[in-house]
Amino acid sequence: MNVLHFFLQHHEEILELTLEHLWLVGISTLLAVLVGIPLGIVSAHWPVWNKPVLGTANVIQTVPSLALFGFLLPVPWIGARADRLAILALTLYALLPVIRNTYTGIRGVDPSVVEAGRGMGLTDGQLLLQVQLPLAVSVILSGVRVAVVVSVGLATIAAAIGAGGLGEFIFRGLAMVNNELILAGAIPAAILALSADFGLGWLERRLQPR
Amino acid sequence: MEPSPTNPPVIELRSIAYALPNGQPLLHDLNLQVHRGETLVLLGRSGSGKTTTLKLINRLLTPSAGEVRVNGAPTAESNVIRLRRSIGYVIQDVGLFPHFTVERNIGLVPRIDGWPPDRIHARVQELLQLVELDSTIASRYPHQLSGGQRQRVGVARALAADPAILLMDEPFGAVDVITRDQLQREFLALQQRLNKTVVFVTHDLREALRLGSRIALMEAGRLVTVLPPHDFLHSTDSLAAAYVRAFGEGLDSAANRGTS
Repeated sequence: MNVLHFFLQHHEEILELTLEHLWLVGISTLLAVLVGIPLGIVSAHWPVWNKPVLGTANVIQTVPSLALFGFLLPVPWIGARADRLAILALTLYALLPVIRNTYTGIRGVDPSVVEAGRGMGLTDGQLLLQVQLPLAVSVILSGVRVAVVVSVGLATIAAAIGAGGLGEFIFRGLAMVNNELILAGAIPAAILALSADFGLGWLERRLQPR
Repeated sequence: MEPSPTNPPVIELRSIAYALPNGQPLLHDLNLQVHRGETLVLLGRSGSGKTTTLKLINRLLTPSAGEVRVNGAPTAESNVIRLRRSIGYVIQDVGLFPHFTVERNIGLVPRIDGWPPDRIHARVQELLQLVELDSTIASRYPHQLSGGQRQRVGVARALAADPAILLMDEPFGAVDVITRDQLQREFLALQQRLNKTVVFVTHDLREALRLGSRIALMEAGRLVTVLPPHDFLHSTDSLAAAYVRAFGEGLDSAANRGTS
């Protein structure tokens, strides 16, 4: 009951931080998609790029998030504002699932379909846009879904560097040993993650080629 | 039809060699001519180089030595996209685009070539009729079709832009015996009407005898012999004879006695 009471009392602040959270996750996912899908296409099309691209994304993924925030701090322009820094870090983390799934999705297209397309005289671009990407779209989307769900969780840590978001409640709650505050951050974050997972999962099934 | 200066071969392979990127040779000193309107069958065991030879013609592969000429022009110097669009290509796995309806599958090349929609639609209907499919099938997706229907759509798609040359790689290899018999019969009827220049890959001697105007026997990356079906049956060449023996009796009746 205490939690509910707290939620009702602080609903404005909760809403504000949730929107802030959404903004961090949304912008970083968008950037990761804009960068990651082309990188995935490049590594699927030119195998020499596969290892360096996926390898780099893999390495970034292994850097602990707090450390990554620290590393990015001295970067000019980026380090000047906490939200920029948080968005860049989240973008970097989201890259791996997006790149990897784009690569896997394109590579997973039935070779006979690609061969038929090539044999019919489709250019590489036509093959990519008309055949490979449409057939890979659900796999790519499932990478985006993973990226979003992970980002929602990771973005709570962005509060540690003052980027805002639902992590604010969590860190405040930890400092004050106040469970209601922690839950005020954790519950909306969990709901965000679940709804993103559900929504994108639904879209993924809709776009699944037969 | 004999080659002459006024009637050059439609497809010509000159001293072709092909090796894999790792250096392993697959084809050696291959010379072959395909004439207008004939069905040349490339016959041979798996790994004999039939499919490789076929892919050299539409430049899905590039020879490591020698020259491929289509309509007298070296393919190495022609625009590869244009070349492929002028050659129909049918493969065993068909390779229909699973996210396109039958209509879009067949109409893809015309659409890319910028045909107006009503002309594409009319062409698709015409082609469906040609391969003996019901026009209601146009709105279906490939996974809703039977194997035989899929293969017919594959043939229709290859014919969409009315290419003069057709390359077929074991097109009837993955369907049941009865469907195959039917497809072969339809192919002969179709060929009589359309008179395309066809290169047809198979390992089935019976199919080769039935469909081919000439049979090119391949073994280990070499061309062994090129003979009309009836001569092939009575060839003294040891490999051809071995092939005939392996397929047993009753082949005489299978041999194509067509005039093409």
